[in-house]
Amino acid sequence: MTLFIQQLFNGLALGGVYCLAAIGLTLVFGVLRIPNLAHGALYMLGAYITYFFLTTVGVPYIAAIGIAAIMLFIVGVGLERLVFHPLRNSPHTHHMIAAVGAMFFFQALAQAIWGADFRRMDTPITGELRILGAEISAQRIVIIVTAVIVLALLALFIKRSIHGQTIEAIEQDRVGASLVGINPSMVSMLTLGLSALLATIAAGLVAPINLLSPTMGDALNLKVFAIIILGGLGSLPGAIVGGFALAIAETMTATYISSAVGEAVAFIVLVAVLAIKPNGLFTKAVQR
Amino acid sequence: MNAMKNPRIIGTTAVILLLGLTPLAFAQENYAMRVITVGMCAAIAVYGLNIILGFTGQLNLAQGGFFGIGAYGVGLLTTDYDWSFWAAFVVSVIGTAVIGYLCGLIALRTKDEYFAIFTMAIGFIIFLVISRWEPVTHAHSGVNNVKFPEGGGLVDFESPVAMFYLVFAILLICVYTTYAIRRSSVGRTLLTIRTSEDLADAIGVRVGFSKQLAFAASAVFGGVGGGLYATVVGFIGPDAASIDKTFEFLMFILVGGMGTVAGPLLGSMIVTFLFELFQDFQAYRFIVLGPIIVALVIFAPRGIVGYLGGFVDKRSRRRRAEAARGADDDLDSTGASTSGGAGDHRARNLADGIESGAGRTGGTPSSEETK
Repeated sequence: MTLFIQQLFNGLALGGVYCLAAIGLTLVFGVLRIPNLAHGALYMLGAYITYFFLTTVGVPYIAAIGIAAIMLFIVGVGLERLVFHPLRNSPHTHHMIAAVGAMFFFQALAQAIWGADFRRMDTPITGELRILGAEISAQRIVIIVTAVIVLALLALFIKRSIHGQTIEAIEQDRVGASLVGINPSMVSMLTLGLSALLATIAAGLVAPINLLSPTMGDALNLKVFAIIILGGLGSLPGAIVGGFALAIAETMTATYISSAVGEAVAFIVLVAVLAIKPNGLFTKAVQR
Repeated sequence: MNAMKNPRIIGTTAVILLLGLTPLAFAQENYAMRVITVGMCAAIAVYGLNIILGFTGQLNLAQGGFFGIGAYGVGLLTTDYDWSFWAAFVVSVIGTAVIGYLCGLIALRTKDEYFAIFTMAIGFIIFLVISRWEPVTHAHSGVNNVKFPEGGGLVDFESPVAMFYLVFAILLICVYTTYAIRRSSVGRTLLTIRTSEDLADAIGVRVGFSKQLAFAASAVFGGVGGGLYATVVGFIGPDAASIDKTFEFLMFILVGGMGTVAGPLLGSMIVTFLFELFQDFQAYRFIVLGPIIVALVIFAPRGIVGYLGGFVDKRSRRRRAEAARGADDDLDSTGASTSGGAGDHRARNLADGIESGAGRTGGTPSSEETK
């Protein structure tokens, strides 16, 4: 039972990370109608920049994540301008190929600056909490709490603020939104920036429990895609439910069956779901 | 058009001849021969990608996985089970075909982005199985001493030149298959699907069946390329099946030109050369190559062969237009004797215009190269 509680919290912490990363990706899909295959690379870059500010520059943990998030927001905007905007009228295969090019670029850049070796990022948050006999590290509690706060703020931003509402408007009907004076280009930039920012928060939170490497984004990339496909491309609630469900399934199978199965469970579930419902579980009617 | 005068056929033949003659220049340099031969193995897999992505317009990101299955099939059967190369090769290719067909059954239920992500997941599962199933695949220690093909006393495949010509011969079969597919009704069916699936469905094309066939064929080419790769290199590790392989193939086909006959070969050779050029920088090469991929997709999505093809089309159209104008002048002076010819020219020009127009609205470099 203690092990179960322990793993449940581990799963929830991982789920928080997955959600933050998946929500950005699903937002980008909703607005730009493209699967951004470079998302995992943005996450990796966010982790390294957080590491740089925390360890090399020496600013506090929260500030390091904040600075990295703002920098990645700018990177995201640049990515939209330089890569996706020029391709907006191309067939969908071209976006994906270009995104792969961007992904390789980011990985090579990180490797050139920080090297290919694994790096450890020490967290200033230490200590453990005892919940029902299980010892949960404080870092995991911080991840869960931060993820919930960020998700709540994001929901507030999208539903209440003007800029957030433009995102939803473009998702629903691009032409209609431009008719009422919303600039689709601005919204695209905002969305990609936001997705990079969310990925960075996720990366900054999880970096102390995982190791950093230039390819750390690859596995996450595939898992996050599995999540948003499970939840239906473009669906926010789907991304949240899918993120937590997958993370808990992963930690539980890794604990009770084997770690290799835990790593593969995302894809096994993905294959099973797509074999039965080719358009995901919670797909909303998407206008094409 | 007379086949012997078609610039496209002349160009493709020239590229193949040039490649076929490289051993004359490099026969003494084993390293160079090996690099070119490995590049040709990749080119075979890229021809597979060409069928599913170039002709049918479906982004298949599992090609690296199928390449890995072919490579591991040959690698494991010739070492651990001590089969002969040829038996192992045939069995691995058939195995890849079966796995490809089964994957296609599920994968092709999905469309567009779902298809791309789904095939990426298939590729990753294949990679996971190969890199984790230690008792069978030896995981990270890889497979050593893969057998050379048996020459039956006639040829000694341990010589790099003999190996080169073996891969070259199989590559030629792939090039010819691609050429034949494009000229056949199967090729036109696939191109119709690329232009518009709904349209293809509406005019009675068996969309599902054709896509299934294209997917299985692309997997087979991947398996053939992988099997040859294993014997050429002699050692294979899990990275033979990694997702990076798929992305390399993508770059090859993009540089050469999607949906063309000579594109995959030309692209593979040029990018292999570039990789060698940047070899000192190893992993950093993508700092340069990454932006090149992006720039290619934005500014030159049709690839080298696509552009050359467009150039040839434009020239032949202009020549025909001039011929038609000349015929018009004749008509004015000499009366009705040549009217049939002029009308024919005009009709053909009109047809060209419609075809290239359709290509543009399809958003892909389509019908201009399909003639």
